[in-house]
Amino acid sequence: MLTKKQNIDAIDSFSENLEIEGRSLWKDARIRFMRNKAAMVSLIILCMITLAVIFVPMFAEFTYDDTDWYALHQAPSTLHLFGTDSLGRDLFVRTFIGGRISLMVGILGALVAVVIGTVYGAASGFLGGKVDRAMMRLLEILYSIPFMFLVIVLVTFFGRHIVLIFVAIGAIAWLDMARIVRGQTLSLRNKEFIEAAHVCGVSNWNIIRRHIIPNVLGIVAVYSTLLVPSMILTESFLSFLGLGVQEPMTSWGALLQEGAQTMEIAIWQIAFPAAFMVITLFCFNYIGDGLRDALDPKDR
Amino acid sequence: MHKNKITQALLLAAGISLVATSFSTMAANVPAGVKLAAKQELVRGNGTEVASLDPHKTEGVPESHVIRDLLEGLVNQDAEGNTIPGVAERWETTDNKTFTFYLRKDAKWSNGDPVTADDFVYSFQRVVDPATASPYSWYLEMTTMTNAADIIAGKKDKSTLGVKAIDAHTFQVHLENAVPYFVMMMGHTTVKPVHKATVEKFGDQWTKPENFVGNGAFVVSNWVVNERIEMTPNKYYWDNAHTVLTKVTFLPIENQVAEMNRFLSGELDFTYEISNEHFRSLKKEHPESLQVKGNLCTYYYNFNTHKKPFDDVRVRKAISYAIDRHIVTDALLGQGQKPAYFLTPEIIAGFSPTLPAYGKLTQKERNAKAKELLAEAGYNKSNPLKFSLLYNTSENHKKLAVAIASMWKKTLGVDVTLENQEWKTYLETKKQGNFEASRAGWCGDYNEPSTFTSLMEGSNTTGGIHYQSAAYDELIKRGIETTSAKERTELYYAQEALLAKDMPIAPIYQYVMARLVNPHVGGYAANNAEDKLYSKDMYIIAE
Amino acid sequence: MFKFILKRVIEAIPTLLILITISFFLMRFAPGSPFSSERTLPPQVMQNINAKYGLDKPVMEQYTTYLVNVLQGDLGPSFKYKDYTVNELVAAALPVSAKIGSVAFLFAVFFGVSIGTIAALRQNSWLDYSVMSTAMLGIVMPSFVLAPVLIYIFSIHLGWFPAGGWLDGSAQYMVLPVLGMSMMYVATFARITRGSMIETLNSNFIRTARAKGLSFPYIVLHHALKPAMLPVVSYMGPAFVGIITGSVVIETIFGLPGIGKLFVNAAFNRDYSLVMGVTILIGLLFILFNAIVDILLAYVDPKIRF
Repeated sequence: MLTKKQNIDAIDSFSENLEIEGRSLWKDARIRFMRNKAAMVSLIILCMITLAVIFVPMFAEFTYDDTDWYALHQAPSTLHLFGTDSLGRDLFVRTFIGGRISLMVGILGALVAVVIGTVYGAASGFLGGKVDRAMMRLLEILYSIPFMFLVIVLVTFFGRHIVLIFVAIGAIAWLDMARIVRGQTLSLRNKEFIEAAHVCGVSNWNIIRRHIIPNVLGIVAVYSTLLVPSMILTESFLSFLGLGVQEPMTSWGALLQEGAQTMEIAIWQIAFPAAFMVITLFCFNYIGDGLRDALDPKDR
Repeated sequence: MHKNKITQALLLAAGISLVATSFSTMAANVPAGVKLAAKQELVRGNGTEVASLDPHKTEGVPESHVIRDLLEGLVNQDAEGNTIPGVAERWETTDNKTFTFYLRKDAKWSNGDPVTADDFVYSFQRVVDPATASPYSWYLEMTTMTNAADIIAGKKDKSTLGVKAIDAHTFQVHLENAVPYFVMMMGHTTVKPVHKATVEKFGDQWTKPENFVGNGAFVVSNWVVNERIEMTPNKYYWDNAHTVLTKVTFLPIENQVAEMNRFLSGELDFTYEISNEHFRSLKKEHPESLQVKGNLCTYYYNFNTHKKPFDDVRVRKAISYAIDRHIVTDALLGQGQKPAYFLTPEIIAGFSPTLPAYGKLTQKERNAKAKELLAEAGYNKSNPLKFSLLYNTSENHKKLAVAIASMWKKTLGVDVTLENQEWKTYLETKKQGNFEASRAGWCGDYNEPSTFTSLMEGSNTTGGIHYQSAAYDELIKRGIETTSAKERTELYYAQEALLAKDMPIAPIYQYVMARLVNPHVGGYAANNAEDKLYSKDMYIIAE
Repeated sequence: MFKFILKRVIEAIPTLLILITISFFLMRFAPGSPFSSERTLPPQVMQNINAKYGLDKPVMEQYTTYLVNVLQGDLGPSFKYKDYTVNELVAAALPVSAKIGSVAFLFAVFFGVSIGTIAALRQNSWLDYSVMSTAMLGIVMPSFVLAPVLIYIFSIHLGWFPAGGWLDGSAQYMVLPVLGMSMMYVATFARITRGSMIETLNSNFIRTARAKGLSFPYIVLHHALKPAMLPVVSYMGPAFVGIITGSVVIETIFGLPGIGKLFVNAAFNRDYSLVMGVTILIGLLFILFNAIVDILLAYVDPKIRF
């Protein structure tokens, strides 16, 4: 959207800031983030999980689709660290390989929510009036459209492509976020520093970008971490409709669904995937908190 | 106050037990020596919510279970699955084409009206009337009832249907072909009578509890969609003296685990089905409640013979041979299901053919044969066979699809893509012929082989449409036309033999019906293969 | 206030119209029809069914007919539940969902906000960590896991509550579904409250208030709580409608005759008229509750103007 000239202007003003403050907002944030122990530990764990879901299935003893009729529903042992499922498949490797799609979906869903939801909500709240009302009515329509049909029609017209999973998840992930950000923005709009920026002749877009968004990032960070698990579960609902990962491939959502059916007789089938989800969620949670603290413009 | 309450409760309890004892002397179905419980209320799990209570608008099993208690057809079934008199006291035929039913004179509707032959004439005509748009109208076409097919197609008026009320209590049916099992077919939901005056007065609303008039042992008293259907005895029912239960409740619970939990917490007297994964633990912990019986259903995969790679019979055979059916039935299902080599399940009445050649081999021999056939068809390591297997979304179908795909991969090196679709999309895909191999299953409408073998007829949209064999259609036609029961049975065997030769489907297993039944439920028909359970035959035993 | 409501009502009309139009055509693009079944019906029968439900006419004509009927408050007959009209089905299911949903919602808001506030006041203490960790479990543990666990403990083992059913909707039938439904929202409200509260407590006016020597609990209750509620209130709209209409898992497991199950089954059965009916209901609820949320926002921050 920005013209080249605006770009140059933006860079100029950015470098001016650099000279005055000596440290950029982002550099400042990074230093503060690195000082946050819980956030750093979480980041490291999350990186380890990411590496594990990529590499563990490559070097594991079993493959994710190896069935074994003589080892159905086996409890964890040294051979099968996480036990086996109802077809005798090794849950250790399935849990890791399931993390691939789930982490992707979770992170992507959160990203979409952060980017689209924040910008949409901030614009709606800041511009206010008729624009705000129109944007909110549009949101209400998007909320109410039967999502299931959207998915079924997507699959019918475009086949079962993996990109469609992200389209479908992206379509719903940002709606709540937009409502929340818009609420915050409505309140921020009347603050003195925004009025001051107005008086100084800063453009609307720049006010949103430089003043509104940094001030709502706190709640954005908190809510986006909450979205991760629900996106992971939405993915398993998609596979129910024929979109999403297909057996014998799996995902954490699918493993949880299956495990929930056999909870009373084979607790390990749900315990291990659930444990991974819990750990991942807590990591996201602390990283979210860390980001919030680091980015808080009031807390210099 | 407190004291009063207790006395009241005591009196109440005494009163109920008095009533109960008087019941037990009347109820002839209850074996002597069985002590009946004070509270004669039965709660049944029923799978999904019923689409309708109008027998001429339904097609599903849950609907049949409910309607069986509300409306009574010409014939019923006993606990063993034998056909016994219903509204018809007796019947006669000389040529298996004209059937005369003598209706019992004491049969009444729940508003006191007598049940007459005219009611049956009206009801049968209503089924085939295109205006009713009954999804099971083809059922009367299957009986070859005179003019049924033409009426359904809109070519003739419904009054030309081959049914006649000779007098108020004599009902006659004319068929175009001799159908010796016709009386048995009259136990189906589609041929239950409805009360003309009520239907005409209330239209689509006639099944509502406030409007309902039926001739079964019970009448609907309360219906909350997606929660419960309650019924109470019909005091005008001719055999009401033998009805022991005072209330029957049907609960639509789709989730098997949820249903099991409601059973275990004592809220359900018997379940609709059992989750596969829980069967073994239930067998260990609640053996007294577990009921397993044969069921008239077959699970199979069908091939699209019009499309590569399954236009080649060798590929179809190889794929079918390589399914280790014993692993499926014993290791994966394990409730007593049997391997299937026929489309028709073996428990069906009068059906005991010899196994096709491949059914007699060991799995090892079958696998070797499969490899040979696949190599002959031109598939090998450098040119592996690839196809997709379609199934409708369900835990059970998914499990079997994954398992069988893994068998194919291990023994034949075949690369299978699994594709699941929700039910309606799946139906549309199959209708369009847009699949290579697909999961399918069928449950018999009556206890006779033709309910299965007619599936593969070329005009049948459920299966035969993807087969289209002139030879098979000819065998079906001869089976309908023949007048000799022996020849008909031989023709059924020939049909099955042709299916084994052409392999348009790969039969996998024969179903069982497994459910949890509280031991205090008496009169449960544990051996009825069609699962025709009449609440009027059941009672609650005192603990 | 009156002007605000009037504006919303006027805006609701085009909103619903667009919603109906998109949903109507989206549904017709989906494969399968309400009357497709394993055995395809004879053409004549099919034609009769289609005629009965008006499906034999061109889609545009069906659309206009539908709009006219909806304007008259007639949502049509259900295509699947042949003995019922959509109006009857929705009228029966909505009270159930509304009753159980409101209780679950109030439960979630009350406990979520309390937990979040307590955690924020004791930021980074053991109390904060333990309370928030427990709450987080509510988010990770999806309702299809939580509900069977609740049933297992409270129905099968302890026998305190029924494992399902609704009957007359008395309290004993509501306890477990409300718990199962609200845990996720308790956790979400707690997280949002905590984050927002910490930010508010760090802001200048609170520091000023503390400097003035006001007692801390007094500050929290009288100065911090209201502004900290801003994001909580924003989230209430989607949360409330979500609880009422989106609890299909809970409704299925507990056998409740609510809107969520009705809607999902309708979609699977391609019960066009029922899907449309519930979609319109959901749209109306969103419009209504977003309007209420906007009024609440203005109450929380009186400076807010729309």
